[in-house]
Amino acid sequence: MRSMRFTEAIDDALAQAMARDARIVVFGEDVPLLRRDLLVRFGRERVRGTPISESAFLGAGVAAAMAGLRPVVELYMVDFIGVAMDALLNHAAKVKAFTAGKWTAPVVVRAPCGGGYGDGGQHEQSLWGWLAHIPGLTVLVPSTPADAGGLMVAALQHDGPVIFLEHKLLSESLLEFLGSGGRHTVHYDVPAEGARGPVPATWESLPIGRALLRRAGTDITLVSVGVGVHRALQAAVLLGREGVSAAVLDLRSVAPLDTAALCEAVAGTGRLLVVDEDYEGFGLSGELAAIVAQAGIDFRYARVCTQATIPYARSLEDQALPNVERIRTAALALVGARAP
Amino acid sequence: MMGADLWSLYALMRRSRLFEVEVSRLWQAGLISGEMHLGTGEEAVIAGVVSQLRPGDAMALDHRGSAAFLMRGVDPISLLREMLGRGDGLCGGRGGHMHLFSPEHLAASSGIVGASGPTASGFALAAQQLRPGAVAVAFFGEGALNQGMLMESVNLAAVWRLPVVFVCKDDGWAITTEPASSTAGTMDERVRGLGAEYQEVDGLEVERVWHAARQALERARAGMGPTFLRARCVHLEGHFLGFPLIRSLREPLRELPAMLGPLIRALLQRKGGSLRERLAGVRTVFAASLATLRDRRRHAANDPVLRARSALTSQAARLQELDVRLEQEAAAITAAALQEVEA
Repeated sequence: MRSMRFTEAIDDALAQAMARDARIVVFGEDVPLLRRDLLVRFGRERVRGTPISESAFLGAGVAAAMAGLRPVVELYMVDFIGVAMDALLNHAAKVKAFTAGKWTAPVVVRAPCGGGYGDGGQHEQSLWGWLAHIPGLTVLVPSTPADAGGLMVAALQHDGPVIFLEHKLLSESLLEFLGSGGRHTVHYDVPAEGARGPVPATWESLPIGRALLRRAGTDITLVSVGVGVHRALQAAVLLGREGVSAAVLDLRSVAPLDTAALCEAVAGTGRLLVVDEDYEGFGLSGELAAIVAQAGIDFRYARVCTQATIPYARSLEDQALPNVERIRTAALALVGARAP
Repeated sequence: MMGADLWSLYALMRRSRLFEVEVSRLWQAGLISGEMHLGTGEEAVIAGVVSQLRPGDAMALDHRGSAAFLMRGVDPISLLREMLGRGDGLCGGRGGHMHLFSPEHLAASSGIVGASGPTASGFALAAQQLRPGAVAVAFFGEGALNQGMLMESVNLAAVWRLPVVFVCKDDGWAITTEPASSTAGTMDERVRGLGAEYQEVDGLEVERVWHAARQALERARAGMGPTFLRARCVHLEGHFLGFPLIRSLREPLRELPAMLGPLIRALLQRKGGSLRERLAGVRTVFAASLATLRDRRRHAANDPVLRARSALTSQAARLQELDVRLEQEAAAITAAALQEVEA
């Protein structure tokens, strides 16, 4: 089996899909350099740079998708989606509903997300809950190279708009570009299993909206996406040493949510701890509680999320983002054990 | 002052340069995390404008705002501590270098390209109604010209006759993208088409910037509306510290193999574009590297601080004394910034 880095896997899956489907085009800021491997294989018509005009090129990507292309539109960071939000909120997300399903916009928006490398609160947000709030948008947040490649293939085959979020701590190339810049004097807490891992010889589409149980457990269910999955897995190991058996469910897709897998996993333990790097209020963590409650499951609930604007200072940032210790403490409180 | 005082402008620029050399050192040492966008190379543009601001004037900065903060009189120790992420930094260590704010100076930064346009317009609107005669200045790069919100702001400022000076620090690069492939038309036609006054100036010459800025500021203070000042300059370190294109030139043996392997593999893959398209792709990739190789930022003649200095060498002793004092000051700022907080 091949082994690949996170972003390498996405690009490889994308290249495989581009070789099979001439409708796929890739564009975004600095794409000729960031995706140079795709550029030299597929040429300048299909891989192109854009002006710093997010509202124009994202809006154009939506309409190009409506007119037959399969665009992958790249943003430098999901934070910058604010500039182009109208294209998603009022156009990509609405066209299928407005036409009773007769017309769709199969555009893939690829955007780095997440923090943990000291870039500050305007460059490290997650925003998947905010995006998933809008009916009509699919929001994917892979946590391993294999999932990232498989979900990219799925996104390219999907008949509606997909936001594909690529966590910067998992992406060696992005972290090098933005976080270290050639330095060996900085260290970030990169989850090794997410940054590199086995991938299939040929990419197959993974089903969208299907969660994966990364670890079985009987006392508590930790649910997360992206880097949070790895933090939860680390916490689960520590909890195991303290006699608490923790399951870890990787949602992989924020919209649509795998409600069946979620309810089954929570029903099995009676305790749900959501680990969400996105903002706490009005987001994924509350949504998961609502779904499980609506299903009539008797459960206890807690969440470890980002509660406020992410501070720049590394020490403050580590506390603001869900970390292993916060997860462990919350889990122990939820199972009724006293945290030492 | 009646005319540009080159000595004081040089001192502002040199102080800023020395400060940013310290920032660079601390960043290399890993004491500053994330990205670091220095203003090295654009000091003449910043000094020429900011030295003429008065109390009550406002500044809207981009992700590269530390030089403007420093020249506006923000305490350099608290500025450096902010970059070090300390609780006693300018913003309590919570903003970082891309998100600097000083309410006392009406100075606000943003890492979102083009965002200084609307911000300056809003500051100017407040000035128009609350502080007549005060102005707002927006700093941004040439890449921001394609951001709708900046163009919309120029129009808004023109139609409302807002006291704004839009300062375009044009180094000819939007990260790794050159304007030829991203910006159609010409800047002057675009700006004039929106109804703003347009001026061009050599952004490497601080006195010229000072004079151009004086006109623009006087016009704004007199209620005659916005001016768009295009100042060509050079970013000595590229887009940010550790910029890959610059690194690959400085240390080709270390940087290039990692880039070339995957590139050649991709080039030789079956299924894809025609050979002609592939070769055109290769040319596009290397065009950016070649342009970097020919880049003006590699020549010391394009360093605005050295240029200003060379005009002062006739008074060698005074210059020497000033340089020594500024260097001592910079070292003292770093030492103070690194000091532990007294219990």
